[in-house]
Amino acid sequence: MKYIEPHAHMVSRTTDDYERMALAGCAAVCEPAFWAGFDRSSPAGFYDYFSQLTEHEPKRAAMFGLKHFCWLGINSKEAEDVKLAEEVIDLVPAFLERGNVLGIGEIGLNKNSRNELRVLERQVELAAIHRQLILVHTPHLEDKLKGTRLILDVLKNDSRIVPERVIIDHVEEHTVELVLDCGMWAGMTLYPETKATPARAVDILELYGNERLWLNSACDWGVSDPLAVPRTALEMKKRGHTAMAVEQVIFANPKKFLSQSPHFKIA
Amino acid sequence: MTRQQLLDLYFLDARHKLIEVAAFLDRVERAGGAEDFRLRGFRAALTQLNGRKRNRAKAILLAFSDPTTHPVTKAEGKGASGAWSRKK
Repeated sequence: MKYIEPHAHMVSRTTDDYERMALAGCAAVCEPAFWAGFDRSSPAGFYDYFSQLTEHEPKRAAMFGLKHFCWLGINSKEAEDVKLAEEVIDLVPAFLERGNVLGIGEIGLNKNSRNELRVLERQVELAAIHRQLILVHTPHLEDKLKGTRLILDVLKNDSRIVPERVIIDHVEEHTVELVLDCGMWAGMTLYPETKATPARAVDILELYGNERLWLNSACDWGVSDPLAVPRTALEMKKRGHTAMAVEQVIFANPKKFLSQSPHFKIA
Repeated sequence: MTRQQLLDLYFLDARHKLIEVAAFLDRVERAGGAEDFRLRGFRAALTQLNGRKRNRAKAILLAFSDPTTHPVTKAEGKGASGAWSRKK
């Protein structure tokens, strides 16, 4: 079955994973800039990372017929150092015209601190000035509810931000409604322990409908599954969802949102 | 799907997870030493399973969540523990 993986950190995955995803029907993979598992020591580290995302990874994906796209920005885990973050943000505009860049992301909050919030506001400003799509990371576990509320406040308070051009990622049962009610898109991340499971993601689809929702694996260097999206498609089928409904969630929905970027083109 | 079909699909998996929760509590309570906010949060969240309430998953997630609304002064570390500590 054809699907789009709208959130995967392929720099942390093996080439074998690209092959497995292609075999499972993946048509395109989208890679938000994120935390490497350690703090970079300088903006130069981010320059190299942005170059990797825009030059090297598309070639690695193309070996298996996969289109590769990316999002650029500074993640919230490295946003406590505001000076570093501002220097990284200043690097981003030079990359925005590169052919596989979809927008600003993943930006957001991690521990819901004042500095993280300040850096988030700077990046929302950047997206507004350059008319970019926005992909937002919401915090983990006990911090998610509060962080989601703070993030939505920042976005709603900026009249230049069009809700339909924002995806709020990693929603769960306690945050999905907050996001959808604002007119934004919501991403469900499928992790074995710390986010949604396939069964819970299908519950959310049954409760809230298939509009403005997508599924992603957010596979990275931690415990995660690059085939989580097709696995959840299988769960939908087990639960009696039609082939058309499955196709909407795993392919048509991400395509609809991402096609708001002129750079997103797939066959 | 009907209730019977959902039971066929998920009962054994849910039963297994429930036993894992029970065994976890037994294991922790057999051990010596002090408990912390995570176990207190866990016990509080468990009460959301009682009775015939709806939206239990949401209620449990809310029970583990930081209910405050103002940003913290500074991020202390990067990780999350899974339960909110009032002391933070």
